[in-house]
Amino acid sequence: MSANGIAAKAAPTVRLWVARVAEAVVTLWLLATLCFFLLRAAPGGPFDAEKSAPPEVQAAIDAQYHFDQPLLSQYGHWLGDVLRGDLGPSFQYPDYSVNELIAASLPVSLVNGGLALLLALGIGIPLGVWAALRAGRWTDRLLMFGASLGLAMPKFVVAPLLILLFAVTLRWLPAGGWDGGWRSAVLPIIALSLPNLAYCARLTRGSLLEVLGADYLQAARGRGLSEWRLLLAHALKPGLLPVIAWLSPALINVVSGSAVVEQVFGIPGIGRYFVQGALNRDYTLVLGVVLVIGAAIVLINAAIDLLRSYLDPRLRDNL
Amino acid sequence: MKPALFLLLLAWTVTSAAHAAPSRSGLLAQDGLALRAGSAVRTRFASAVSRDSPHPSQPNNHPTPLTLQRGNGPEPSTLDAHRCPEVACGNILRDLYEGLVAEDARGRLIPGMAERWQVSTDGRVWTFHLRESLRWSNGEALTAGHIVASFRRAFSPATAAPFAVHFDAVDNAALVQRGKLPPERLGISAPDPRTIVFRLSRSAALPQLLLLPIGYPVYLPALREFGPQHTRPGHLVSNGAYRLRAWTPQASLTLERNNRYRDRAPIGRINFLVTEDAASELQRFQAGDLHITETVPPQALPQLRKRFGTQLRISPYLGTMWLGLNLTRPPLRGNVALREALSLAVDRDKLTRYITGLGETPAYGVVPPGVADYRPALLPWAKATQVQRERLARQRYQQAGYSQASPLQIELRYNTSTPHRRMNLAIAAMWREVLGARVTLRNEEWKVFVGNRAQRVITQAFRGGWIADVNDPRNFLANFESGSVTNWSGVDDPQFDALLRAADNASSPELRGRGLQRAETRLLAQHAVIPIYFYTSKHLVRPEVEGFEANALDHHASRFLRFGGVGR
Repeated sequence: MSANGIAAKAAPTVRLWVARVAEAVVTLWLLATLCFFLLRAAPGGPFDAEKSAPPEVQAAIDAQYHFDQPLLSQYGHWLGDVLRGDLGPSFQYPDYSVNELIAASLPVSLVNGGLALLLALGIGIPLGVWAALRAGRWTDRLLMFGASLGLAMPKFVVAPLLILLFAVTLRWLPAGGWDGGWRSAVLPIIALSLPNLAYCARLTRGSLLEVLGADYLQAARGRGLSEWRLLLAHALKPGLLPVIAWLSPALINVVSGSAVVEQVFGIPGIGRYFVQGALNRDYTLVLGVVLVIGAAIVLINAAIDLLRSYLDPRLRDNL
Repeated sequence: MKPALFLLLLAWTVTSAAHAAPSRSGLLAQDGLALRAGSAVRTRFASAVSRDSPHPSQPNNHPTPLTLQRGNGPEPSTLDAHRCPEVACGNILRDLYEGLVAEDARGRLIPGMAERWQVSTDGRVWTFHLRESLRWSNGEALTAGHIVASFRRAFSPATAAPFAVHFDAVDNAALVQRGKLPPERLGISAPDPRTIVFRLSRSAALPQLLLLPIGYPVYLPALREFGPQHTRPGHLVSNGAYRLRAWTPQASLTLERNNRYRDRAPIGRINFLVTEDAASELQRFQAGDLHITETVPPQALPQLRKRFGTQLRISPYLGTMWLGLNLTRPPLRGNVALREALSLAVDRDKLTRYITGLGETPAYGVVPPGVADYRPALLPWAKATQVQRERLARQRYQQAGYSQASPLQIELRYNTSTPHRRMNLAIAAMWREVLGARVTLRNEEWKVFVGNRAQRVITQAFRGGWIADVNDPRNFLANFESGSVTNWSGVDDPQFDALLRAADNASSPELRGRGLQRAETRLLAQHAVIPIYFYTSKHLVRPEVEGFEANALDHHASRFLRFGGVGR
């Protein structure tokens, strides 16, 4: 598209993006509100424990956290704090605010998740391409069998197996824990990336096979272009579109859905706060994590849409 | 790495496959540990532990020598000593702080900040004499005034200290904690900078109570300056053998030797590692990353012994698992014969041998053996054989008005976890087999379960138990006082309450012990609970770690540990 064309498109694009931002804000608000009331509807509270406090002490705690007020007023308090950028104190970890807990854990999850996804793409795409080019032969079958296995093995099986092999038996890497160094990140990243790698390879193969069979490529083939040339110049870009579309759920999944891997390896990421926070009825922590991950999903989706529109001009009007 | 190669390697390891444990609640300190833990590795990897690296005190992945790597279970909820409610923070605070009294590696009382103490003949006034030149970790002098101020803060309602309730023997403590009196009226005073006086309204095992983290001196200037963040590295000022160096939530906490403490701790640095998952913790131990584990995932004892030998440390732990019976609702209300029948029908030997299997012992009383100054009471048929018990159980069942034709319908409730499920399934089967009762099992998520259990509105039989906060029988028995918030059975027995009070008024520890035993005997005769087993503590300790001694409360202060041969 020419420079003029882009300028002409600019005004409606800006309008589209303003609408998208407004939509995102409303989505996040709805998400937070729904979560707030669902959490409160769940039986049990943050201070229900085996050894309960005397009633007067419990009353003091309730007053401190506004639990003595009607639910709507608590909601108002919380929303007001959130708008000021304060996600509140954690009930389970009173030495920390939710902001601090998220600030410490989100980068860990982003880096681990991001690297896991890069690894999945870096290996999964070439493998998928290779399998597509050798479709039906034994290498293809072996690869796809491996991919199915990778997809089918749950992370709570893969992770201990990795530890068993690389930490307990070979003693190359630590069996868990987190010191911020690369050694403690290797196994978790592999565990996180394996199912994604497998899925990515399958997706690439399937999509590429479809593209390679398309009429325009048959025509190109007829003109005598080599398979490699065909692939690199004409098939790869459209063939990767489904992979790009899959990036958004995959990234969200590796960042937020890694509670099992984080727990097995003892990694201080954000995923386990979902599980722990919910089990402990740590309302503010769960809501904080939901909001941050929600915002991340909105951002990631927008970024992926941009990328897709760059790769596929047909999508540009539907941003 | 090529995935095909990798998958082949994986396929190889599958043959020695483990199944992993998703999570551990951390709330019920010991037996709620692993929800679903299996044998993590087969024995052929066991040798990995014995064929050690050339520098055994230095786990293979940690470059810093002479750092003790301790598995510590879940993330500690707080490092505010007054607010610490659980084992994980207690372990760390024990290294950071020292109370007026302390305990040695075997759990015996030793002087702490106080070099000596005495109690008045009526047991009501305790005087503690502080050591000379006590110091905070920042070098400031630590005086009796600081200690009293710390106690006042601990008992103020805003602190909501979880263990304050155990100090109701201290003059005005209960009223101060409930906000009905100002903290200055607390019965703890400092007549001079090296003396602390406690005034009690009844006798109590005060030195044992002072071992609780609420007895540690919190440095109030940091609290005033930093608020909830006073527990961070750089802010936290303590008085123990170690001081806080680093804290990464959900990962690790590092302590370093406090050079202002009077004794030099043999090990210079301690890493407390978050090991929420027992099966993963075991793997980290096998990989050489941990010197001491917090626990051992449930698996067969002979295998564990074979694999770990003397590294496996199992010892009695002051905790009792029991089934509570709700005395406020039918069918258990007012039916002692039925409650006894249910208790008799449980084969505790089978449960400890086949279900728990890690050295636990059958329980026929509420207070476990090994409590100071106490001989536990026993159920009358504790010495009978199980055949005799079952015969008696059927008699009682009939006396209670039940038979094969009109069987008992009862619900057994527990919090969701695989070990609990196995235990309760077995008990339900015993009730069914011996008595012909129809048992409904119901499991609930922890928070829901504790709520329902405390309300006593919908429960019948339920999972209960107690892990001692202090080495004192009263800590177990007080749960059945009529007004107690942990009286889940709803025991409302004026005679039991009177016996407890009589023991409270005893003038000597021996008389107090005998009085408490009478109270326990009375409680057991009510069959308000079905004692099942006494807990054990379970750890793996690497051979080079010396000074790790068994003790009833499972307290292992790092200052008593050292690296054999290598540590200096």
